[in-house]
Amino acid sequence: MAGLELLSDQGYRLDGRKATELRKVQARMGVFAQADGSAYLEQGNTKALAVVYGPHEMRGSRSRTLHDRAVINCQYSMATFSTAERKRRPHGDRKSTEMSLHLKQTFEAAVMTQLYPRSQIDIYVKILQSDGGNYSVCVNAATLAVIDAGIPMRDYVCACTVGFVDETPLADLCYAEESGGVSSLALALLPRGGQIALLQMDARLHQDHLETLIDAAMTACKGVSKVLDEVVRQHLQEVSVLTRE
Amino acid sequence: MLKSKTFVKKTRSGGVLKIVREHYLRDDIWCGSEVCTECKQESTVLQRDTCIESNLCAYPHYLIPDTNVVLHQIDVLEDPVIRNVIILQTVLQEVRHRSAPVYKRIKDIIHEKEKHFYTFTNEHHRETFIEREPGESANDRNDRAIRVAATWYTQHLKTSESAADGLKVVLLTNDQGNKQKAAESGLLVFKCEEYIKSLIANPELVDRLALTNDEKNEITSSKVLFPEHLPLSRIQAGIKSGSFLQGTFRASRDNYLEATVFVPGEGEDSTEVLLQGLQNLNRAVHQDVVAVQLLPRDHWVAPSSVVLQDEGMAKDENPEEEEEEKALRLSALEAAKKPTGKVVGIIKRNWRPFCGMLNVSQIKESTRHLFTPADRRIPRIRIETRQASTLAGQRIMVAIDGWPKDSRYPNGHFVRSLGGAGEKDTEEEVLLLEHDVPHQAFSQAVLSFLPKMPWAITPEDMKQRQDLRQLTVCSVDPPGCTDIDDALHCRELDNGNLEVGVHIADVSHFIRPGNALDKEAANRGTTVYLCGKRIDMVPELLSSNLCSLRSNVERLAFSCIWEMNHEAEILKTWFTKSIINSKASLTYAEAQMRIDDTTMNDDITKSLRGLNKLAKILKRRRIENGALTLSSLEVRFHIDSETHDPIDLQTKELMETNSMVEEFMLLANISVAQKIYDEFSECALLRKHPAPPPSNYDILIKAAKSKNVAIHTDSAKALADSLDMATVDSFPYFNTLLRILATRCMMQAVYFCSGMDSDFHHYGLASPIYTHFTSPIRRYSDIIVHRLLAVAIGADSTYPDLMDKHKQSALCNNLNYRHKMAQYAQRASVAFHTQLFFKTRGVLNEEGFVLFVRKNAIIVLIPKFGMEGTVFFDSKDKTAPNLVFDEEGPTLTVEQHTFHIFDKVKVTISLDASNIQHQKIRMALIDPVISGVSVPAEDLEPQSKKSKLDR
Repeated sequence: MAGLELLSDQGYRLDGRKATELRKVQARMGVFAQADGSAYLEQGNTKALAVVYGPHEMRGSRSRTLHDRAVINCQYSMATFSTAERKRRPHGDRKSTEMSLHLKQTFEAAVMTQLYPRSQIDIYVKILQSDGGNYSVCVNAATLAVIDAGIPMRDYVCACTVGFVDETPLADLCYAEESGGVSSLALALLPRGGQIALLQMDARLHQDHLETLIDAAMTACKGVSKVLDEVVRQHLQEVSVLTRE
Repeated sequence: MLKSKTFVKKTRSGGVLKIVREHYLRDDIWCGSEVCTECKQESTVLQRDTCIESNLCAYPHYLIPDTNVVLHQIDVLEDPVIRNVIILQTVLQEVRHRSAPVYKRIKDIIHEKEKHFYTFTNEHHRETFIEREPGESANDRNDRAIRVAATWYTQHLKTSESAADGLKVVLLTNDQGNKQKAAESGLLVFKCEEYIKSLIANPELVDRLALTNDEKNEITSSKVLFPEHLPLSRIQAGIKSGSFLQGTFRASRDNYLEATVFVPGEGEDSTEVLLQGLQNLNRAVHQDVVAVQLLPRDHWVAPSSVVLQDEGMAKDENPEEEEEEKALRLSALEAAKKPTGKVVGIIKRNWRPFCGMLNVSQIKESTRHLFTPADRRIPRIRIETRQASTLAGQRIMVAIDGWPKDSRYPNGHFVRSLGGAGEKDTEEEVLLLEHDVPHQAFSQAVLSFLPKMPWAITPEDMKQRQDLRQLTVCSVDPPGCTDIDDALHCRELDNGNLEVGVHIADVSHFIRPGNALDKEAANRGTTVYLCGKRIDMVPELLSSNLCSLRSNVERLAFSCIWEMNHEAEILKTWFTKSIINSKASLTYAEAQMRIDDTTMNDDITKSLRGLNKLAKILKRRRIENGALTLSSLEVRFHIDSETHDPIDLQTKELMETNSMVEEFMLLANISVAQKIYDEFSECALLRKHPAPPPSNYDILIKAAKSKNVAIHTDSAKALADSLDMATVDSFPYFNTLLRILATRCMMQAVYFCSGMDSDFHHYGLASPIYTHFTSPIRRYSDIIVHRLLAVAIGADSTYPDLMDKHKQSALCNNLNYRHKMAQYAQRASVAFHTQLFFKTRGVLNEEGFVLFVRKNAIIVLIPKFGMEGTVFFDSKDKTAPNLVFDEEGPTLTVEQHTFHIFDKVKVTISLDASNIQHQKIRMALIDPVISGVSVPAEDLEPQSKKSKLDR
């Protein structure tokens, strides 16, 4: 029995996409009235819910207060029912803590924190269903939620994972591809300026290939940003129609 | 582009998981046909005019085979006649799951442009994707998917303008149910046999059809001969619980009723299980991975030393066989019993196409014949062919299709003919195929990476290279050598020291990593030298021209240069890419002449003398360190320039210049090995030669003892010294014989990746580290070493696979395998030419020495021809003389005469052509005279004929 063939000779991936194609992205903003901002985003079978509170005054330990900018507090968690096997600890394990940290770093680079000194912004993200690319889906959902909350950002932050198979970069990996021994890289981009908010990779990859992989990731992120932009515009249109009435 | 999506739910065993995967359906998958105007495809694969002429389909058509047709009839699909075939993704995936070799072959076909095979991704096409219905098995679902895709093609081609051409699709299936359903839904459907038989003008294709299930029943008798194989699930459970063992089946070369299964274990834990008798072998074929069950201890037997060949004809019941089996058991000695078992199931078949010859059936009109493979370890195969009369006397290839439990022999089918048996070209082809030497002409893809001619050194090349054209460089090689990969120079420096340079052809400049040329070379691994023929690793333009360091042309080189004092101590070493201009290409004899001729005093000669002087010092030092000088006889054939038949035979002579060149090559290899290991401790490609286990030396020590000479084998140094001391005054050839024996005790030297191993020692050369650097034209290992060294000195850039120790280790395995096979092929070629030589020479009387003593034979070495042969003292039909074998000596007493190792004997040599497939050299004893055993020296002809009949 051979392993899965991740990329066929005809150029199709396991699920029928071509190498550069993203999964279908669907999103809604403002799903909860209680929160300051919220969004729900599906990228293929990976589904995430993001909620934003703030900016508000510091809660908990006041010692973390920053005098020149806002503190961003992120919490990542996965629903117990999000994976094929039930998850025992939905949050607080090593992986989740690391992911929370990555999200925090990403949004510190994107949100204009200097506008809100001595205050705090909370971003909560929950993965409802997991099928690869959890980090990028969280970033994309959180971006929409932050926009929904009306917090100024330098740009959309769009993230995407890419993998490298048979000398070809594959965009937006699904779980089967991620677990199929692909060296994958996650990249969060501020698409307009082309600045990288976060780049993360823990697999082995020859340095000659790194550039092509980053290029592919950037292209994919720009693709995501187009979709997000559309979602935001659509949302605004709906909201403005409602308020006019 | 994304049209719709559905979910495919799969469950996997071992804790049932529900796995949800996305499945995108597309509407941009094109049909790949030239005639189609609807699809917006950029290039098409399937042709407008499809010209397979068939009785059944008089119209142009495309073929759609189902999974089983691809799996079983791949030989037919490979035929150039079969073109314009649509391979569905469903089929391809199923094939991938079920058979890796067939999958590789079908992919190769798809890649071949002339075959016009198109892969249709039906599983992701909006109109051809189907979901599995409740209660439908996976196989039925796939069959339906194939039918749906075929229907889609039928309709699609109808709607396009091509309808006028009457282009149709034909589904090929061997499944009755599938065929019926397809016919009901209005598809054109045929059985594979029906279709192939209907092809006009290609009757020979029918022979290539593999036999399928329903045909097998006709062939075999109803009697069940073999126990059933267990299903895989039970085998796996058995292996887990320890009641079965898994291992590789190795048939015995000498006895068709015996085999061993090598069960790999951790470290020293590997065991061998003996199998005896047809029932216990249970249809396993050499190299299969099998599961064996050990028999109870009282059923254990010892390996028999009897030689048995399967002589039975096509009968399935053979009473004699049972007797033979009985005879086997009786001969077992209590002490020598080994774990014995039986095959209970086959885990993986390792069938390949086999070379061999047809035994034409005695019944004239019969179409079923037995095929005898050249490799004795493979059983005979029953095939069906209508061309038996033409195939008789030819070497053919046959593939096995299956081995039903009620058949004495496996069933197979004819693949192709190689040519008349005994012809030189055919035999060479057989030899290459049987040793798995890739020898096809280089493909266009490979050739496209060659430099364009006329080639010249560009200023860019010059920039990175040191210009060494003014140096007096020369090459020394055997006569007739066209792939010169090394050249040397030596000159005196102003400070009185000597500068010595070894210049190696810069092959890695031409072969860039990762391209088709590189991949081909990596696969071939080595150039194979047969007698009068060379199978190149790289195309000839490189091997004999651009990379060959011929005299008086500018060539790119990789140089290793030392500064030495006159005591040959290295003061400085450096490596550089360079440009050289060799001043002379000499043969060993020419170089020797220049050194010896005191009247010659030109630069080349002076350089040679300097090299020679240093080489002697280096050699002495190396031997002091414990390097072994071993000996093996190598022969050269003088080949007739027109008929290419060998006309004379001569052992290779070794001159001082041989060892001069060798010495500097060793030095270069060691210097380079050290350098690349220092630079890349994890991924340097090195070569090691493990020390042999002490038991290997038993035969050598015993043999020497018989002449009252002691051999010490504690270390390489001790061995080398005691070999030097070992001389017997009355027997000048003794030392050489001992060295030949010592060579047989050694282990194989192997390539390895430094990151995967900790023992680097090279036993034979007594060097702590060693690699191959000096022959990149004929060895791929050297190309890798060149690349590593180039990166180390900053002359070239690295690439991913070079730094990956796992990939390198895999490469080493391939190289080791290819080297071993190349060696075997070389030996086989020498043996074949020796036979040709004796065929023309008739019978000869020669002197020889006893090299080994066996239970029923002695092995005799003929120094004049560098060959060895066996003199048997028993044969099937004659009463054997009184034989007494003493293992301690070892000696063999025949009647009154006792043979010791190293005895001088006289034998007659003749060619035994009674078995055309295995022609062999036959030796018979003349002196010492033993009545009833030896043959008289005169009157050779009738005697040798009689001996042939005797067999």
